[in-house]
Amino acid sequence: MRRWLLWLPLVLFALVVVFAVRELRKPSDRTVYSAMVGKPVPDFTLPPILSGRPGLSAADLKVGQPRLLNIFASWCVPCIAEAPQLMKLKAMGIPIDAVAIRDSEPAIAQFLKRHGDPYARIGDDRDSRVQLSLGSSGVPETFVIDGRGIIVKQHVGDIRDEDVAALADAWRNAR
Amino acid sequence: MAECAVKTVSGTLPGFRASAPLLLRQIIATSAAASLVLPLATPAAAQSRPPAPYANVQLSDPAKEAEATALMATLRCLVCQGQAIVDSDADMAGDMRSLVRQRIAAGESADEVRDWLIARYGDYVTYDPPMSAVTIPLWLTPLALLALGIWIASASFRRRRPPRR
Repeated sequence: MRRWLLWLPLVLFALVVVFAVRELRKPSDRTVYSAMVGKPVPDFTLPPILSGRPGLSAADLKVGQPRLLNIFASWCVPCIAEAPQLMKLKAMGIPIDAVAIRDSEPAIAQFLKRHGDPYARIGDDRDSRVQLSLGSSGVPETFVIDGRGIIVKQHVGDIRDEDVAALADAWRNAR
Repeated sequence: MAECAVKTVSGTLPGFRASAPLLLRQIIATSAAASLVLPLATPAAAQSRPPAPYANVQLSDPAKEAEATALMATLRCLVCQGQAIVDSDADMAGDMRSLVRQRIAAGESADEVRDWLIARYGDYVTYDPPMSAVTIPLWLTPLALLALGIWIASASFRRRRPPRR
């Protein structure tokens, strides 16, 4: 009888424990990233969400100058948290467009009045169609798009203070 | 927002006798606070848009609806990552169902819609991952474990037989 085989279940169990402990100490990244980074912005046209302000189409994102595209919503709490950082980016001279997800004009108007309005254009994506076509899996998210309309970077989640420099760098490098 | 309000109100609600058990007082205070707060919470919920056109509405063509439903059962809800979009009540899952139904209704095949989503979210979005260098263990491990099980079982059955003389 091969006695060493008796140890096999224990070895397998130890292996499972090693994996479990490793995952508990440093959980792997569960963020869903877009597979569209490095690819052109898919074609879309969104009506404006605010009357008197422009809507957003894919053509507006290929104007020779890189831009930020912010996916946000008035009902999204982290979007409030990132609002000051977007205002900082705007103050650096970075143009920012937005796609508002499942939102309404009065709610957006109130949101911008309360938390600042860094946006050049805001498209009304009422059934998340453009969000899905960008490979975005939630709000807020921010894409850096170069002058030819190629997505060069995706930032998932709210923009913290420490993320501002990296986004500004990505925007500068995209020129 | 509603939760914060409940905490504040239950902390300041006056008029409870000190002799009442603490837990009971908390329950009464919380439910009183909830009844105060709930009507206030309704406008916030009403801000959300109604579901997308085909989020909860079936296609009129039963064959296409069956194809769409079969596909939706194998697509991952991205905001509620353990669920398929067919099971999920999340707004985004509803939008994905509507997208799937409209694309199927427009004449795309289930595989084309799946590929469209994989191009955007990677293999992660499908519960039916294509075989590739990364996913090959998923397909081979069950076979390897089955072989191991058969080997262990056959070895143990042999051992049980009475020894020959």
